[in-house]
Amino acid sequence: MALEIQIIAVFIAVACAVLGVFLVLRRMSMMSDSITHTILLGIVLAFWVTRDLGSPLLIVGASLMGVLTVWLTETLAKTKRIAADSAIGLVFPLLFSVAIIIISRHMGHLHLHTDTVLLGELAFAPFDRLIINGVDFGARFLYTSGVMLAINLLFVSVFYKELKLVSFDPTLATVLGFSVHLLHYGLMTLVSLTTVVAFEAVGAILVVAFMVGPAAAAYLLTKKLLWMLLLSAGIGALSAILGFQVAIHFDVSIAGSMASVIGAIFMLVFIFSPSEGLISSLIKKNQRKKAFSERLRQLHLSKYPAENQLKSKKIPSKA
Amino acid sequence: MAILLDHTFQIVALGSGMLGLISGVLGTFAVLRKESLLGEGVSHSALPGVVLAFLLTGVRQTEVLLLGAAATGLLAVFFITLIVKYSKLKFDSALALIMSVFFGFGLLLLTHAQRIPTASQAGLSRFIYGQAAALLGRDIHLLLWVSGGILLLVFLFWKEFKVFSFDPEYARVIGIPTVRIHVLLSLLIVTAIIVGLQTVGVVLMSSMLIAPAVAARQWTNRLGTMTLLAALFGIISGVVGTFLSSTLERMPTGPAIVVIATSIALISLLVSPNRGILQGLLKRSRLRKEGI
Repeated sequence: MALEIQIIAVFIAVACAVLGVFLVLRRMSMMSDSITHTILLGIVLAFWVTRDLGSPLLIVGASLMGVLTVWLTETLAKTKRIAADSAIGLVFPLLFSVAIIIISRHMGHLHLHTDTVLLGELAFAPFDRLIINGVDFGARFLYTSGVMLAINLLFVSVFYKELKLVSFDPTLATVLGFSVHLLHYGLMTLVSLTTVVAFEAVGAILVVAFMVGPAAAAYLLTKKLLWMLLLSAGIGALSAILGFQVAIHFDVSIAGSMASVIGAIFMLVFIFSPSEGLISSLIKKNQRKKAFSERLRQLHLSKYPAENQLKSKKIPSKA
Repeated sequence: MAILLDHTFQIVALGSGMLGLISGVLGTFAVLRKESLLGEGVSHSALPGVVLAFLLTGVRQTEVLLLGAAATGLLAVFFITLIVKYSKLKFDSALALIMSVFFGFGLLLLTHAQRIPTASQAGLSRFIYGQAAALLGRDIHLLLWVSGGILLLVFLFWKEFKVFSFDPEYARVIGIPTVRIHVLLSLLIVTAIIVGLQTVGVVLMSSMLIAPAVAARQWTNRLGTMTLLAALFGIISGVVGTFLSSTLERMPTGPAIVVIATSIALISLLVSPNRGILQGLLKRSRLRKEGI
């Protein structure tokens, strides 16, 4: 049972971490936060139509709502009347509020609690078994998350070149004839779908940690996209494993502990990364400062040689 | 209309209105500095603070929990600023990361707190979703004092905030202590968010900062007018939202306020005289006709 939870956690973490790379590179991290909120409305609306909490239409509705969120936000931002960040902050609270209003007015008798959507609980995942003809094939969630991971990996490897181009130079991509919009919405559909699959286990808000955290840490460690993808996936998997152990040891929320481990790993990378870390950038800053004052001194000496000979004989100067 | 004379309604409406007022005023600066999503970040980061305050002190008094929330909220802002300053990560990634990690850590602490037999979870989870209807006279007192303080500080540092919001480089050149002004502004925003948590909850607080300010921005190009308008829109959203939730059955207050605030913003975006989307379309079609 513990092994199943562990495998599910790793699947989800890696599925999120791979997509997160492109969110971080394309500066759309907060869009994932927005989507994690609005899928609730998608689920609520789909449930209103189907009246069945187990229906696959719920996943479809949630994913569609995720894409709709992206479209609404970008349409608002494109009017140039409001900044991109305000557009995000205007759209998702509205959709989320509508969802909560619908739930409390029409579905009060149901067990569709906002708690489950926002917080999630991985520990319950193994109780939902996939049973075909009476044979137990393991936790249903093992398969859902596995399929999700496979889809994401497939998408990234098939469209690797296109994603790379679109992330680093969207203008060139357009000129070369790639459909930037198609890729963009393809990526956002996968982000929504992954969020929908993952939130059941780890809760909507922590999906953001799984997507952005490993990718942000990887971003500070390398300048190569391929390495960034691999590192991000690795850090995601590592956090899932360590986080689970911590959660078992202290008997606390699994998802919460995994997110905390992600935060700890990021902080370590942020401080100690050889090329981009806090320490190395402070050292670099100091070196630049010294180099600048040295050049300034040289410049001064070369401009006023006479004065220089009088005042500071000790300092050797080319002038 | 008897509801308007109801004491509970008056208290809740006063609280929501005050909250709308201060979040409108502070949201103006947040929106102009393109840091409007800070509200989202801080409100999520408040969770570990609330739980830690409870775990350390063992009391469930609002003031103590709010203090804890403010502490981790500020810590989150500090981390975000640090990451943006010393790495190539941009504001949005740093915000998303810190916010979700803090929330995750809060969740970890919350599950730990729930294992303590004396802990009644009710007081803690109220901070996640907010519960305006549960506002008490005592909470209103706190809200009034905090709002008064915030408004006074904004009034005193008006010039500094103004220059800092539009041109931080220039502000530094003319000798304004930008770091201190930044800290003060963040402190005020965090305070407003924290006192707002118990009314509209973590998830919806970000909208209270953004929607009134965005709406106000459409009607004017002057900061003073924009701030006053944002405050007005905030008050209207708070009071009308509260009214709707007390007259309609099973209408939650927080979401009602958010829907009103966002509607005002969307209407302003559409019909405002100078920047409105409709106005822009009209102008375009007129130009096209003249061209032919």
